[in-house]
Amino acid sequence: MTDTIFALATAAGRAAVAVVRVSGPATLSVVQALTGKPPRARMAGLRTLRHQGVDIDEALVLRFEGPASYTGEDSAEFHVHGGRAVVEALLSALSDLGARLAEPGEFTRRAFENGKLDLAQAEGVGDLIDAETEGQRRQALGQLGGALSQRYDRWRDLLIQSLAMLEAAVDFPDEDLPEEVAERARPALRILNDELDAALADVSRGRRVRDGFRIALVGAPNAGKSTLLNGLVERDAAIVTDTPGTTRDVIEVPLVLGGYKVLVADTAGIRDTADAIEAEGVRRARAWAEEADLRLWVVDGFHVKHTVKLEGTIRGGDWLILNKADIADGSELAGANAHWAGEGLKVVRLSAQSREAVDELRAALAEHVADALSGAEFPAATRLRHAERLTEARAYLARALSDIGLEVELAAEDVRLAARALEKITGRVDPEDVLGRVFSSFCIGK
Amino acid sequence: MSNTWDVIVIGGGHAGCEAAAASARAGVRTLLLTHKLETIGEMSCNPAIGGLGKGHLVREIDALDGVMGRMADKAGIQFRMLNRSKGPAVRGPRAQIDRKLYREAMQAELNATANLDIIAAAAEDLIVEGGKVAGAIDGEGRIYRASRVILTTGTFLKGVIHRGDDRIPAGRVGDQPAIGLSDRLYGLGFQMGRLKTGTPARLDGSTIAWDQLESQAADEVPVPFSYLNDKIDVPQIACGVTFTTAETHRIIAERIGESLVYSGRATGVGPRYCPSIEDKVVRFADKTSHQIFLEPEGLDDTTVYPNGISTSVSEETQLLFLRTIPGLEKVEVVRYGYAIEYDYVDPRELYATLETKRLPGLYLAGQINGTTGYEEAGAQGLMAGLNAALAVQGREPAVFARDEAYIGVMIDDLVTRGVTEPYRMFTSRAEFRLTLRADNADQRLTDRGLALGVVGETRAEVWAEKKARLDAARTFARSVTLTPNEAVKAGFKVNSDGVRRDLFAMLAYPDVSLDDLGRIWPEVFTWNSDVREQIEIEAAYAGYLDRQRADAESLRKDEDLRLPNDLDYADIGSLSNEVREKLQRVRPLTLGQAARIEGVTPGALTALLAHVRRNRAA
Repeated sequence: MTDTIFALATAAGRAAVAVVRVSGPATLSVVQALTGKPPRARMAGLRTLRHQGVDIDEALVLRFEGPASYTGEDSAEFHVHGGRAVVEALLSALSDLGARLAEPGEFTRRAFENGKLDLAQAEGVGDLIDAETEGQRRQALGQLGGALSQRYDRWRDLLIQSLAMLEAAVDFPDEDLPEEVAERARPALRILNDELDAALADVSRGRRVRDGFRIALVGAPNAGKSTLLNGLVERDAAIVTDTPGTTRDVIEVPLVLGGYKVLVADTAGIRDTADAIEAEGVRRARAWAEEADLRLWVVDGFHVKHTVKLEGTIRGGDWLILNKADIADGSELAGANAHWAGEGLKVVRLSAQSREAVDELRAALAEHVADALSGAEFPAATRLRHAERLTEARAYLARALSDIGLEVELAAEDVRLAARALEKITGRVDPEDVLGRVFSSFCIGK
Repeated sequence: MSNTWDVIVIGGGHAGCEAAAASARAGVRTLLLTHKLETIGEMSCNPAIGGLGKGHLVREIDALDGVMGRMADKAGIQFRMLNRSKGPAVRGPRAQIDRKLYREAMQAELNATANLDIIAAAAEDLIVEGGKVAGAIDGEGRIYRASRVILTTGTFLKGVIHRGDDRIPAGRVGDQPAIGLSDRLYGLGFQMGRLKTGTPARLDGSTIAWDQLESQAADEVPVPFSYLNDKIDVPQIACGVTFTTAETHRIIAERIGESLVYSGRATGVGPRYCPSIEDKVVRFADKTSHQIFLEPEGLDDTTVYPNGISTSVSEETQLLFLRTIPGLEKVEVVRYGYAIEYDYVDPRELYATLETKRLPGLYLAGQINGTTGYEEAGAQGLMAGLNAALAVQGREPAVFARDEAYIGVMIDDLVTRGVTEPYRMFTSRAEFRLTLRADNADQRLTDRGLALGVVGETRAEVWAEKKARLDAARTFARSVTLTPNEAVKAGFKVNSDGVRRDLFAMLAYPDVSLDDLGRIWPEVFTWNSDVREQIEIEAAYAGYLDRQRADAESLRKDEDLRLPNDLDYADIGSLSNEVREKLQRVRPLTLGQAARIEGVTPGALTALLAHVRRNRAA
């Protein structure tokens, strides 16, 4: 059975229009899932692309039915706006829908296999693919920089090191090797495992770039969260009244801070309530806040003593917003400020109502978001490819670690599979590399 | 006797024996030309066959009805299954061999082989007619004609023996190198390389203090190499184990200049995995002692092979350091150790059939291709003999893929990548290691061998019978199932997930044995031990084997795409010069092989594919 593949067909980076190609048997169902109503074959259609309830972009969609297509298979093209976030969202939606990122040259290879390229084209196509591959390689190298390529060299070395210990145990049972030589693979595998975890965290930072950094406004009812939200986005996104409990659902408002997409959410004031609707709102508020990247605890400046109740709820990294600073008691505010700053929290005094210091808060948030997301600058295609491979490799390593003491040949097999999963990132690990390490580590030779 | 055959094999070593036997088995008239009848099947280095990777090769030779495994079963005096405590994929059969028994068995076997003539004569040159090989000429000018010639002449190309200050031109101690033949090969313009290997002194066993030494015994129940044998009749012996001492190392370090490598005279590359004792002392200076196995060369032969101390220092120094080793204080030497340097033909000169690209009809097998070891040589010999015979018969060549056999892994490595040191098989070279096991070589290869016409009647019957039993057991194992409830009632811990489990699934639980399952399904107890073993292995490796099968299928897509031998890479427009040169040199037989050549890009592969498709259509 043939996979359905996709790839960004235009150059990565900022451009007015980006074209994403899809080819394979699942093309129609993918287009159906994203557009709701696939255009007729060979007819351009303007469609809103939507995935998991979220609009990705308004796109020009073209569909071809095999064999009358470039690859000879069912295929489609999405012409979307060329922003990074849009392209990333589309590629990731395609991946969610079961298609996979194409290997270099795979579209052309399929075209050949299906007899779609004529003789004249055949001659030139090798160059074309090499240019494609080379371009991708340069792009990858360009974004890697020194630190990352060193990291990948280290991974390769750890793979070789652990394989050398496992293979020594398998291939040289009659030699004068250290006791339990296979166990010596363990430290390298653990380090690699941890590094993959860290890299996957990078990938999730990348997701934040795409989906938006999530900031939750939380706190007691009527603390002024909705007013602060409106102040931050500079429009009336949330209804503001003097009645506590006005906000009953989570209101998400997108804005751009520090050049990144940010979602700020106003949540229901957290309190015990008999009102079933409000109680559900409180549950949702807690859930959203739990998954947020940053929580801003908004506290009414007239009730700063109540902030004591936050002990146990508030976490390191959360921010405390002392609201109504223009009218509340200055010395009480100063006391609360000192207390929470002492606990290691960032504290901001402002007035949401009079907009006093709201711009400063926005600037501080922008700086925080930029810090948190910097380093997550991979182009979409590379990051997706990496995430899949890293996840796969980590699963193999986990199994290898548990198998070392029991079945060394299975542990070795799993490390080989991990090495293969990482091959496009680290370069190939050849049996010769592994044997070389074995022979330089141990005196082998009867 | 007529002077014309279908295939001539030159050389009576391990490659030559298998080549001659395979060609004759395949049904073409075959001549084995060797300078001495009495050294046919001689083990010139260590008297052992098998091991990890190597034992796998012997089983594959046997599955194709070759001779090595059966001869080893007649001559093995210390059988051991290596990695017995590890998983089945990495168990390797190995045996110490009685050199005389092996030689005699091999000579008797070849003498009794139909379609095979054996003549004692030193081949001096090849006959070349119309750009193709047409036979060989011996030292006395006698002519032997054949359209296919297989050279298995080991280390005879510019072979030089080094021992201390002595230099002796030779292939092996006591043998003359064949000058005319080597001139012919150089004249043809083959790419050559230079390698080096060594051998230890042979000791007089009656001068060894065996009672002071530890020993290593044979397995209690020896497991034969050949699928045709179920037991070993040869008496089993133990080996002695001893160690070098600080004094040994001191003497060697002091006289290190006598050794080939450290004298600065070496021109060949030695293997990393088989260092001389000089190398061990220098490169692993922190190791104060090295293990030595004292391996008797035969049941009624007092000669002992001290495994682990190959050397090229002078005779005087050899005796001096040997006597510092516990148990060897009064040892006498039968023959001193030496290093040998020799030229080999870059195996990228060969197609995967082992036929040379430069001289059609000429095949090379064994050490001449840069490999080391009897098993590696035998496996190549078999494939060269088989392919020469198939070519005579006008049939498609036999090439095994990397997922089918260690033989395929080895030949693909050789002809695609060449060698940088004497090539030896290790299981880590096989990416399909869990599939390519020593226990299933018959399942992988015997049907192939039957189709190729290289498997005889006896084996065909034995295999058919085993295959039927295996098939029946597998069918049974898949047909019987337990619900979680039934399983729990029978005392097995399984999740109550509503899934029915067949015998394989039950057996995959680490704490469930076949005997446990026999309580529910008594049929299990009717299975022979070979069938039981297969069912157990398949259950234990199930997930991994499925994955390897899937990988093999994607490999197959490219492997099945054959490239013509005579493809002119200059005709393909869009290849870079570098890639074109590499392809031109290797001349890959499949698209898969082309992909494994270093530096061949995805674009080049597509252009290649396009070119071949176009020519086929035209």
